[in-house]
Amino acid sequence: MPEHYDVIIIGGGVIGSMVARFLSRYHLEILLIEKEADIGMGASSANSAIVHAGYDPAPFTLKAKMNVAAQPMWDALAGELNFPFERRGDYVVAIGNEELSSLDKLIEQGKQNGVPGMHLVSGDEMRRREPNINPKVSGAVWAPTGGICDPFAVTVAAAENAVQNGVKVMLETAFEGFLMEGKRIVGIRTNRGLFGCRWVVNAAGLHSDWVMHQAGVRPEFQITPRRGEYFVLDRAEITINNVLFPVPSAAGKGILVTTTVHGNTIIGPNAQIIHDREDRSVTTAGLDEVLKGAQKLVPSMGVRHVIALFAGNRAMGNAPCETSGVNYTGDFIIEIPQEVQGLVNLGGIESPGLTSAPAIAQRVVDLLRDSGEILKEKRRWNPIRPPRPRFRNLTHAEQARVVSEDPAFGRVICRCEMVTEGEILAEIRAPIPARTYDAIKRRTWLGTGRCLGGFDLPRVVDLLSRELGVSPFEITKRGKGSEYLLRETKTVEE
Amino acid sequence: MALKEKYDVVVIGSGPGGLAAAIAAKQNGAEDVLIIERDVELGGILLQCIHNGFGVEILKQDLPGPSYAQRFINDALALGVNVLLDTMVIDITPGRRIFATSRGAFYDIQSRAIVLAMGCRERTRAQVRLPGTRPAGVYTAGTAQRWVNVEGMMPGKRFVILGSGDIGMIMARRLTLEGAKVERVLEVMPFLTGLTRNYVQCLLDYNIPLQLRHTVKSIIGNNRVEAIESIQVDEKWNPIPGTSEIIPCDTLLLSVGLIPENELSRQAGVQLDPNIGGPYVDDNFETSVRGIFAAGNVVHVYDLVDWVSEAGFHAGRSAARFALSERRREVRHVKMIPGENIRYIIPQEIDKQNLEGDDIRLQLRVRTPVESPVYVEVRSQDHLIARKAEPYVRPGEMVTLTLNPKNYDDVNQASELTVAIVKR
Amino acid sequence: MEETTKIICITCPRGCTVDVTHDGSTVIKTNATCKRGREYVQRELTDPRRMVATSVRVKGGLHPLLPVYTAAPFPKPRLMELMQVLRTIEVTAPVKMGDVILTNALDTGIDIIASRDILPISP
Repeated sequence: MPEHYDVIIIGGGVIGSMVARFLSRYHLEILLIEKEADIGMGASSANSAIVHAGYDPAPFTLKAKMNVAAQPMWDALAGELNFPFERRGDYVVAIGNEELSSLDKLIEQGKQNGVPGMHLVSGDEMRRREPNINPKVSGAVWAPTGGICDPFAVTVAAAENAVQNGVKVMLETAFEGFLMEGKRIVGIRTNRGLFGCRWVVNAAGLHSDWVMHQAGVRPEFQITPRRGEYFVLDRAEITINNVLFPVPSAAGKGILVTTTVHGNTIIGPNAQIIHDREDRSVTTAGLDEVLKGAQKLVPSMGVRHVIALFAGNRAMGNAPCETSGVNYTGDFIIEIPQEVQGLVNLGGIESPGLTSAPAIAQRVVDLLRDSGEILKEKRRWNPIRPPRPRFRNLTHAEQARVVSEDPAFGRVICRCEMVTEGEILAEIRAPIPARTYDAIKRRTWLGTGRCLGGFDLPRVVDLLSRELGVSPFEITKRGKGSEYLLRETKTVEE
Repeated sequence: MALKEKYDVVVIGSGPGGLAAAIAAKQNGAEDVLIIERDVELGGILLQCIHNGFGVEILKQDLPGPSYAQRFINDALALGVNVLLDTMVIDITPGRRIFATSRGAFYDIQSRAIVLAMGCRERTRAQVRLPGTRPAGVYTAGTAQRWVNVEGMMPGKRFVILGSGDIGMIMARRLTLEGAKVERVLEVMPFLTGLTRNYVQCLLDYNIPLQLRHTVKSIIGNNRVEAIESIQVDEKWNPIPGTSEIIPCDTLLLSVGLIPENELSRQAGVQLDPNIGGPYVDDNFETSVRGIFAAGNVVHVYDLVDWVSEAGFHAGRSAARFALSERRREVRHVKMIPGENIRYIIPQEIDKQNLEGDDIRLQLRVRTPVESPVYVEVRSQDHLIARKAEPYVRPGEMVTLTLNPKNYDDVNQASELTVAIVKR
Repeated sequence: MEETTKIICITCPRGCTVDVTHDGSTVIKTNATCKRGREYVQRELTDPRRMVATSVRVKGGLHPLLPVYTAAPFPKPRLMELMQVLRTIEVTAPVKMGDVILTNALDTGIDIIASRDILPISP
C-alpha cells in the first residue's frame, strides 16, 4: 500500500510552492515533489524578478486577471514570509517621439486591466529621475504599483512555510505517470515509487504539457520554451535605481534594465525559441542582443560591467483565452478539467507567472472548494516564516551582537557578498535543507559577486561536506552528476 | 589575543606585500604592528604556488612559493609583528578605523596607519563572457590550484586550459605531474601571455599543445563539463567559421587575467585608477586617503613576487614614518572628547605648544536641552580641570567655556580632555 | 654528424631562442649571448635537468599535503619516476622548512626538501 496523500503537487517552482503554502492552511495531507535537487531551479530562479503592475497582459485574459488580482497580495505576503520585496514602481520608457504614442495605449490598457495610479512622465522629468537614461527619452509611463523581489527567496519562503505547516517536500523525485482507476486519478508513479492521492496539482512549468497529456487532458496544448538570457552588472561600476522597460513590441515586453533587491543592475531578457527544455546556456549572440537592447535605455552601459551571466526558460503555452471575443493564444491554464477526476491543471504559466503566483494559488484553493472539497482551516496554521539574519544588511553594532550570540556568524565565507558561515549553516539546517552549492548560492546570494565564487567555492564544499557528513567528492553544484571534485591528489588510477 | 587600543600600523593581508610591509614597519620604528589575514595561516597565495621560481631577484635564490613565504613569515614573527588569522576585514573608514570579524569575535580597531595588501583576484568566466552551459567543472586556475596543492583534491581528470598566463601553464604541468591529462591550452592572443621559460618547462616538456588565437566557443554539458568547443579567431578576435573543434574533457580552467582586489579600498574612500583598478599612489605608496598606504598586487599586478615584496617594504616604511609622526602629534596635542550630552567641541585638539599666555576658548553644542541649572565640566579622566555654571543649555545656543593659564599644567599632563554637561 | 637545433633558454625570464650546432653531445657553435646561456644549452643537450616542485602526503598537519622540492635540478627523463616514488611517501607533522624528506632520490644524489613548516594540528 503506497503512502497516501490528499494532494500531490508536481513541481517545486514558485507556483507549486505557493500552492503548497496556500493549501497548507487546511486539513489536508500534502506532498510536493520536485525532480531537481532543490526547489525553484527552473524559471523561478532565472527571471527578471519583477512584480508587474499589470498593464502589459492583454485585457480580459487570465494573465491580466491573475496579475491584477495578485498585485495587492504581495505586501502582506512579503511581510508574512519575510522575503525581499520593494514596491518601487516601474517605468515604460519611450525613446524618440515616434514611440510616444505607445505610452497612451499602455495607459489605456492599464485602465482596462484595473491598474491603479498610472500616469505619464515627461522626458525632462525622466532624465531627472534616472540620470543614466538615454538623453533622447521623450516620455515614460509611471506605474507606481510595480515592484521587485528576489524570486527564489519567494519560492523558498513559500515552500518552507508550507513545510512548517505540515507539507512534505521530496526533492530528486520525478513524476513518471498517473495511477488511474477509470477516469479517476488515484496516485502517481515516480522514480522513488508510487504515491496514492485524491488530487494532483500539475505545477510542472516547462513540462506541464507532458504531465497533462499523461492524464489525457488537452492533447493539443504545447509548451514552446523561450530562453531568456540575462546579465548582472557590477554594482560598484554602474547602478540604475529604477525599473525601466522599453515600449513593448509584438515580441513581448522587451529587454529591460532593472535594479534588484540585492543592489545590482540586471539587463535582459531576450526571447529565443529553443528545443531542449533544459538548455539554459548563454550565447555570444544573446549577450550582444541584450546589451544592445539595454543600451537603448541606458547608452553608457558596457560589456565591461558584466559580472555574471544566466538564462531562464519561459514556459510559453498555446492555450486560447477563454473569455469570449478575446482573440489571444498563450494564456494561463488554471482549471479542474472535466475529462478526468482529481487533477488541478496549471499550464503555460510564463510571465507574469511570478507576479500572479499568490492569485493562482488562491484560485487553486477556490477551484477545489467549488468542486466539493471540504476545506477545513487548521487552528494552528502559522502564516509567518521567520526571517533569517543576513550579515551584510546589519549595522556594525548588530554584526558584533550576532557574532557574540553565534560564533559562526563571525566567519566570512564569501567576501564580495559578505556571507558568513552562520548563514550557510542556517540554510543547510533549514526546513528545506540546502544540500548543494547552488542551493546555498540562491539562498544567501553567495558567490554572485565579482569573483563568482572563486574564493568561497572550496570553503563551501568543505562546509557542506562536514555538515552533511559526506566526503567532499560527493558535494555537487546542483545534484547528482555535478560533483566538483573527482579524486585525491595523490591517488592516481592508471 | 588582547588587542591594543590603537596600532601604529595595521596591514590588511599577509601575502608577500603584506608580510614585507609589516616587517619594514617594525624595522622603521613602528611599535604596534598588526597583520589581519583572512586565511588560517600567514603567506597568502604563495602557499598554493608550490612551484619554484621565487626569490631570484631579491633573495638570490630560486625558491618554491611556500619557502619564499616562510622566510618572510619567520622574519615578521621574530620582529614581534602581531597577527589575527582567519579574520576578515569587512570595513575600513577614512579615519583608519577597521572592522573585522572571525569565528566568535568582532573587532573594531583604530590604527595610525594602514597598509592595504589584499592582492588581486582572478578574472572569471563572466568577465570574459564565456558562452555555453553552466555546469560544475569550470574553475579559475587559482581555485583549482588551492584544491590540488593545499587541500589535496583533484577537480578533474581531463583538462582544457584557457589562457597562457603563468598560472595556467604552471597548472598544466602540476596537473600532468599528478596524473591528469591536459588536452590543450588555448590562448586568444597571437602571443604567449606568460613567461617563455614557463612555456618550455610547463608545456613543451610535457607535450601539452598550445593553440594561439584560439578561444572557447562554447561550454558543453549540463551537470558537469563534457566537452569544450574551441574556435580560432582572426586579428580582430572574431571567430573564423569552420575552425571549431569539440575537445572532450571534464574540466575547463580559466587563466584569463588578474584584477587588483579593492573592495575595501573603495569603502575607505580610496580613489582608484580606472585603467588599472588599483589605488592612485604617490612615491610613498600612500593612497588618496591620508595614512592609508597600498602595496603589491592591490595596486597593480606584478609578474615577479620579488617586486611585490620590495613594494611592501617601501609602503611599510612609509606607513611607519606616518604613524610615528602621528604619535608625535598625539603627544603634542590634547584631544577634546565630547562627553555626556555634548554634540561637538571646537577646537577638537589643543596644541600644547600654545599653552602660554592667552586663554583658550572652547565652543560647543549640546545634544538635548536641559531646562535646569547645569555645570559644563572639563575633566582629564576623573580629575576636574574646569567648570562653568549655566542656568540651562539648549542645542540651538552655543556654549562657550574658557581655559586659562592656571589650568595649563593640568592640560599639559593630559592626552585627552572630556567635556560633559552635569546637573547642578 | 653535425646538426643545428633551436633551444629556448630558461635560465632567466628573457627566454632567448638560441641556435645550437652540435654533434649530438658537444656544442660546436651557438649564438647564446651570455655565459649562463652557453652552459644551459650544453647541459640541455647532454643531461637536461629541471627543478621539481611537488607535494607529499603529511599526517597530523594543518593540511593533508606538504609541498616539497628537489635540492638541485633533477634529470628530466626520470621526472615521472620521481613523482611515482613521492606519491608513496607520507610524513608526519611537525615538519620544518628545509627538512630532508627523501635522501638521494632514485640514486641521483639529489635530496627532496620540505618547502615550508607544517605545524601539528592539535587533536
